[in-house]
Amino acid sequence: MSSTTTLEGWGRLAVPGRELLSSDLETLTRGARLSRGLGRSYGDSSLPAREDDKIAGTRLADRILAFDPATGVLQVEAGVSLAELNRIFIPRGWFTPVSPGTKYVTAGGMVASDVHGKNHHRDGCFGAHVQKLRVRLASDDLVECSPTESPDLFYATIGGMGLLGHILEVELVMKRIPSAWICMESERVANIDEFLTALDRTAATSPMTMGWIDCLSRGKKIGRGLLMAGDWATVEQAGTAQPKPPTERSLPVQLPNWALNPWSARAFNALYYRKQLRQRIERTVSPEPFFYPLDAILHWNRAYGSRGMTQYQCVIPRAAGAPAVREFLTVLASLGCASPLCVIKDCGPQGKGMLSFPLEGTSIAIDIAVIPEIQRVIDRLNEFVIAAGGRIYMTKDRFTRADHFRAMEPRLDGFLAVRAKYDPARRLRSAQSVRLLGDAA
Amino acid sequence: MKAVVLGGTSGMGREVARTLVERGDAVFLLGRDTAELARSAADLKVHHPRQEATGFTSCDLEHPASFASALDRADEALGGFDTVIVTAGMFASQEALEADIELAQRLVTVNFANTVVFCEHARKRLLARGGGRLVVFSSVAGERGRKPVAIYGASKAGLSTYLEALDHKFSSAGLAVTCVKPGFVRTEMTAGLRPPPFAGEPREVAALVVRAMDRKQPVVYAPRMWALVMLVIRSLPRFIMRRINF
Repeated sequence: MSSTTTLEGWGRLAVPGRELLSSDLETLTRGARLSRGLGRSYGDSSLPAREDDKIAGTRLADRILAFDPATGVLQVEAGVSLAELNRIFIPRGWFTPVSPGTKYVTAGGMVASDVHGKNHHRDGCFGAHVQKLRVRLASDDLVECSPTESPDLFYATIGGMGLLGHILEVELVMKRIPSAWICMESERVANIDEFLTALDRTAATSPMTMGWIDCLSRGKKIGRGLLMAGDWATVEQAGTAQPKPPTERSLPVQLPNWALNPWSARAFNALYYRKQLRQRIERTVSPEPFFYPLDAILHWNRAYGSRGMTQYQCVIPRAAGAPAVREFLTVLASLGCASPLCVIKDCGPQGKGMLSFPLEGTSIAIDIAVIPEIQRVIDRLNEFVIAAGGRIYMTKDRFTRADHFRAMEPRLDGFLAVRAKYDPARRLRSAQSVRLLGDAA
Repeated sequence: MKAVVLGGTSGMGREVARTLVERGDAVFLLGRDTAELARSAADLKVHHPRQEATGFTSCDLEHPASFASALDRADEALGGFDTVIVTAGMFASQEALEADIELAQRLVTVNFANTVVFCEHARKRLLARGGGRLVVFSSVAGERGRKPVAIYGASKAGLSTYLEALDHKFSSAGLAVTCVKPGFVRTEMTAGLRPPPFAGEPREVAALVVRAMDRKQPVVYAPRMWALVMLVIRSLPRFIMRRINF
């Protein structure tokens, strides 16, 4: 049952290890040190702490165990992918209450990362819509938890990066959608101050918002970009036809490391900013390009070459205000990272997941190639975020230092106390938990 | 279509069953483990456009005594099936089979003798009602005696030969036999192996299989590229086969 001899996250930095695959998660997770879904977390959250750690690959456990069309309650095995849920449920008028920026994630992974989406300002994280979890603890006991049954375990598992227990089953409440289409508005925004104002304005009217920023622009144009807002179209607006399945292309080979450089990134950003000629456009689109624009190119992470990539995603609290966001972009620009992808999103209030990422404020995510000076770049950004009272998203992280993480996570002791209750020996661990939480390797 | 699927709880069988129910066909599951059958039946119910329930009963390819009663129960539940699909089977590496003769005996018995017995039960029932479809998963491993799959391949070669003969003998009586020859497909069975080029996904194989059974094709390779690969392998002279490790 063994698989490859290295494992890697979406950032493609491989470590020695192998994952075991089985559709029988109950048996598979016995004695395992970590579960892993589709490997879409960028950094080391789903990578083994040691080469010989038993890693349980959940993706073959993909059955839907129950769905009640009267209430929307859905019960699934942890390995079912969001792509599969969308394929089945969108034509029937249902959608997951929260969707991240890729559909190639599993239900278990969405819980472990407590993913957020374009509707965070309205609906919170994925975990806010989960009713019950079935979990295998480090002791090998099988338990169920919910907001009323072992709530400490429940809220530490949501956003807990798989360190509290192996998630076997997830019960969540799906959301009704009026059609299989999205009414989308896209607006060109001249700079970061206008961007934050526009995000605030559209948040009041649109249930889904996010923006792309040209993070290489400077001066008066700093933070220019495109703001996207959307809502599910009504049948009157979009009709009853179903969108065609997306045509997916694959980046067949790894590009050379020099392909993505400051000049090519700047050229891409300048073109992308001008991709719409008008200041503002409105269109009815299928959910695919709206929610998962990057899924259109499979293996797009190969564009960063053999050096691999990371994503830096942080949230800057609302209290720090627009000047802090502008300052962050100035710091980022001064570090000279060539990134074609920088995404901005306003977050709603912090959820109940004990280590969940979002808090009320502005989230910024930037893809960065793993350049030789990457550690200095991440340290500098983390210092800024700590000073601003923000924090980073563990799912994307590979380079944050333990002391920085502690400084930005006042909730850490509470999380560790629950972990000590359910896994005193810290049997469940990942490469990330060794790095950030000081677990033994 | 009213289909009985033996082995529909995992791997390619799971996807074939899903593909059928998603287009509204009735499916009845046969398998070893009742708890697994119940979970897969629940999954198929959600996949069905009208959320129609899928029935199941236990049937173990290692126990031929269970075959007749399992098929009778399926027949009763479906109101007379017209299609029987067998995706169940055993796999073990050549090293494991060489090291353990009992395992080798079990594998050859399950994949060849018992599968033939199951198909005989199914064939008689289908012919008695004027015909139908019998779809059985064999393997490209049965195309040629090859070093890495000597025993597994031989069990599948026997099965493929039986299925070919069934097609010759009973197609005029209305029995459409389809022998499915999957190449490397990414399932639990192959999870320990390094995928070669042209490795397939279970969903893709399921779509090809359902299309082939609708068209009453006697043989289907899945993914399709394996038809070409095996054409080459079949034509290689023996002195080359002795030297290569494919």
